[in-house]
Amino acid sequence: MKKQTVDSRPAGPKPWYDPRIRSLFFQFVAIALVFWGGWTLVDNTLSNMESRGISTGFGFLNETAGFGIIMSLVPYDATMTYGRTFFVGLMNTLLVSAMGIVAATIIGFIIGVARLSSNWLVAKLALVYIEVIRNIPLLLQIFFWYFAVLGSLPSPRQSVEVGGSFFLNNRGLYLPEPITQDGFGLVWGALIVAIVAVVGLRTWAKRRQLATGQIFPTFKVGFAILVILPVLAYLTAGAPLEWDLPALKGFNFGGGITIIPELAALWIALSLYTASFIAEIVRSGILSVSKGQTEAAKALGLPNGLTLRLVVIPQAMRVIIPPLTSQYLNLAKNSSLATAIGYPDLVAVFMGTTLNQTGQAVEVVAITMAVYLTISLTISLFMNIYNRAVAIKER
Amino acid sequence: MNNTKSMAAGAVMLCGVLAAPFATAATTLESVKEKGHLQCGVTSGLPGFSQPDDKGNWTGIDVDTCRAVAAAIFGDAQAVEFTPLTAKERFTALQSGEIDMLSRNTTWTLTRDASLGLNFTGTNYYDGQGFLINKDLGVNDATELDGATICIQAGTTTELNLSDYFRAKGMEYQPIVFDTSEQTVQGFAAGRCDVLTSDRSQLAALRSKLTDPSSAEILPNTISKEPLGPVVRQGDDQWFNIVKWVLFAQINAEELGITSANVEDMLKSDNPNVQRLLGTDGDMGAKLGLPDDFGHKVIKQVGNYGEMYDRNVGPDTPLGLDRGLNALWTEGGILYAPPLR
Amino acid sequence: MAEPMLKPPKVAISPLDWMRQNLFSSWYNSLLTIVVGYMVVTSVGPLFTWLFFEATFLGDEPSDCVGTGACWLFISQRLNFFIYGFYPDEFQWRVDVMFLLLAVCFVPQFIERFPGRKWFGLFGLTGLPVVGYFLIPGGNFGLEIVESSKWGGLMLTLILAYIGIIASLPIGILLALGRRSEMPIIRGICVVFIEVWRAVPLITVLFMASVMLPLFLPDGMNFEKLMRALIGITLWQSAYMAEVIRGGLQAIPRGQYEAADALGLGYWKKTGLIILPQALKMVIPGIVNTFISLFKDTTLVLIIGLFDILGTVQSTVTDPAWQNVAIEGYVFVAFCFWVFCFGISRYSQNLERKLDTGHKT
Repeated sequence: MKKQTVDSRPAGPKPWYDPRIRSLFFQFVAIALVFWGGWTLVDNTLSNMESRGISTGFGFLNETAGFGIIMSLVPYDATMTYGRTFFVGLMNTLLVSAMGIVAATIIGFIIGVARLSSNWLVAKLALVYIEVIRNIPLLLQIFFWYFAVLGSLPSPRQSVEVGGSFFLNNRGLYLPEPITQDGFGLVWGALIVAIVAVVGLRTWAKRRQLATGQIFPTFKVGFAILVILPVLAYLTAGAPLEWDLPALKGFNFGGGITIIPELAALWIALSLYTASFIAEIVRSGILSVSKGQTEAAKALGLPNGLTLRLVVIPQAMRVIIPPLTSQYLNLAKNSSLATAIGYPDLVAVFMGTTLNQTGQAVEVVAITMAVYLTISLTISLFMNIYNRAVAIKER
Repeated sequence: MNNTKSMAAGAVMLCGVLAAPFATAATTLESVKEKGHLQCGVTSGLPGFSQPDDKGNWTGIDVDTCRAVAAAIFGDAQAVEFTPLTAKERFTALQSGEIDMLSRNTTWTLTRDASLGLNFTGTNYYDGQGFLINKDLGVNDATELDGATICIQAGTTTELNLSDYFRAKGMEYQPIVFDTSEQTVQGFAAGRCDVLTSDRSQLAALRSKLTDPSSAEILPNTISKEPLGPVVRQGDDQWFNIVKWVLFAQINAEELGITSANVEDMLKSDNPNVQRLLGTDGDMGAKLGLPDDFGHKVIKQVGNYGEMYDRNVGPDTPLGLDRGLNALWTEGGILYAPPLR
Repeated sequence: MAEPMLKPPKVAISPLDWMRQNLFSSWYNSLLTIVVGYMVVTSVGPLFTWLFFEATFLGDEPSDCVGTGACWLFISQRLNFFIYGFYPDEFQWRVDVMFLLLAVCFVPQFIERFPGRKWFGLFGLTGLPVVGYFLIPGGNFGLEIVESSKWGGLMLTLILAYIGIIASLPIGILLALGRRSEMPIIRGICVVFIEVWRAVPLITVLFMASVMLPLFLPDGMNFEKLMRALIGITLWQSAYMAEVIRGGLQAIPRGQYEAADALGLGYWKKTGLIILPQALKMVIPGIVNTFISLFKDTTLVLIIGLFDILGTVQSTVTDPAWQNVAIEGYVFVAFCFWVFCFGISRYSQNLERKLDTGHKT
């Protein structure tokens, strides 16, 4: 340690050679540059907007939108506000992202495991799938699923029909919709009770295992509770569920649940495309677990299933999670390609029609970007929490 | 070192990217003159209005409207560059200054005029919204369209009119919204929707893009007024006047019987209206900041309104549209330009 | 894993044994093989019939397409448009020269022991953009000017991807260094920049660049549409590039930094002479991978109205003269992208294997 006596020291390095001062100086310059740049941009934009007579502010969100949207998860009609259109678009974006993430994960894991299959044909087929799908632009795949496949589906009057309740045609896939009647609340209540019970059971079983070493079949019992309780409630309430079947009315099918072709095409394309990347991640994750681990587990006498569940997968997950996160993020961002085929997502509805009707590009684009930033940060956050949970705990 | 050199090359490229044209100019006219060409926003492809051929040469009535302005400023109808825009992009592109004028079959409405910071300079085509429908459906009138699925182009007034119309009639519909008119046709052809709605002039053009045009028909109903015209930014009155009066000059020329064929003979005319328009008398051009013979250049190179119409959308073109509303006021239409004096 | 000194002697496996081992090793494997094999045979047959056997390759008119198979005539008739866009016929030799130079520079990279292939690659990264800068737009050396609005097709796709990657490299390096800097403010700025750009979809960036950029700039300052798209792509890509390079920087053992410090090198000398050369070499495969994804993402420019290869195809498949050629068009574009991307990814995997020698601690 140096003594901090000011006078006795020979003259130190010149101030501009002192790393600390230099560092301060550079940081000051950087922050000044950023502020200057930001201020110039804002100033330019404001003065340009003023000189061109463009309205500013967020008041437009309360004005009546006046245009229809084909699909919305929240009640919407043309008399509602632009603010509502934002919400409709956001929900549609979240819906297709969530559906895509689930499907891509499932397909990706299956293909990834198939890639390592001992069956030559299956392994090669998985390889062909991966190499073909991931080297073709996503937008092209969306176009293919939408325009090429849609054109070959029958019209509503010649629908493909399954048992009078499922219909497929070029207007979409129609499914029966469950309508809950009075008394269905009992089933929800039973489900909540079942979930609480299973969580409690798991905690108890774990504590018991730590204390006594005895293993309780948590999974089987828990699953049984989850199924049996709601079913019992359902039956005691007198089966309070009716199905709304789709039927041809006028031009189109009415009733039931409709999966519009835009959603289907986007969902299929996003899932298949992202799955090809996830498959490679899964493969390398599984390969990263050294053979010694499996052999050690075998030597301890663990059966195959347990080896996979307790030894291989937890270690593979550690390698899989970070790249998997970025694939999820990519999928959420890529869902914005919806605008190319008319699926009413955030970019198509809000940054498309709303922006065009109000002309307030700066505000609308800023809101849209903020939403994507929030989605990205949220996914990263959750995956980081999960990643921390599965990371190696060094004691 | 490999890396440092590639870094240096990258930096050079970036400088090249950033050192793009940088000019400051006070008015639109000055900046257009400095650039040496007019930057005009058009559709990305709509037969009769603005459409590039496979060599990138643009034709159409909206394109000719731009060419007329270029002819007025530079005396050269070719001094235009076209920026293809989707309906969604068009106003932002004009507001941001990317283009000098927008001539993209754009409907004149109060909101667009008042709150988007835009000025409509006139109407170069009077249109109305109609429906294109598959013949198999056996529908003869728009009031029978309850429950129909309808393809529309995003960011258009048709999107709003459609909603109003169906609400007023108490009918349901499902809108399928595409970015470009090409995609609406593709969607209609693929059977995604029962009906395609757009301005009537476009429906004819869009129908001609179907593999079997006779399978579809246009319903008789017109559900809206769609005055289509060129647009400029607010805040530059001189530029607003130029774009406005070039179109008026073309309409007046038709009224006066001046065509691109007889314009040289008309120079000798002793009709004071003709003289003012062609610049042989008075300083009409100077008042706008244009050469005095701007009318002569416009008529000579682009033609009067009637020629522009017949060449692009008239009965002899694939669109085959009659003049109808777009005839001169003297001939039963509503085309009426203020006097040039 | 250590390689055994001697490889086990090769055992000749008869095809039957091979099948028994790899296809029919157990009952469920046999079942799987039969089911999957049946699916492959039933789908590949019609596919090949459509692609080749029943397809029309020769002719001049749309009416020559009579078979039930694909109408490749459509592609060959419009090929010029798909490759050059609206680029005038008489100047297309300039684009051809660039294609040729591109091939000369990068094909040798796939051939090991090609004499001086390093120098070809170096020219591709440095000289080629300069040549292209003068050759494609023209305006110098007596070359006729061709406005960027006339560029299109495959050529535009390559320009976007190539310039995007080369311009984003230096910015990415600076951002990556900034993110690992010890100065908190600089680090903060870089982190925010990188994370924001990585979070937003390219399509919003392109939209902003294509229609809103002039609103941000001083009055009278403006770029061409293509240039604005390039600026958007470059900024977006540089954030990804920064993350790739940061990976390389993190993989450099601490000893290297300390040794450089011990030699008394300043920050820039240490970074430029010791750290970056090693880090960049390590991340070449990563850079190549980001290039592949950028190459695919350039198709998004069709949404802002630029005619890249997918844009040119998309705009011609609706041509009423040709009936139902959408699938042929998409297959053609898919094939073009697949050839490029697959080739490049193979190259990057090779590199990865070769470079995977030291350093991994």
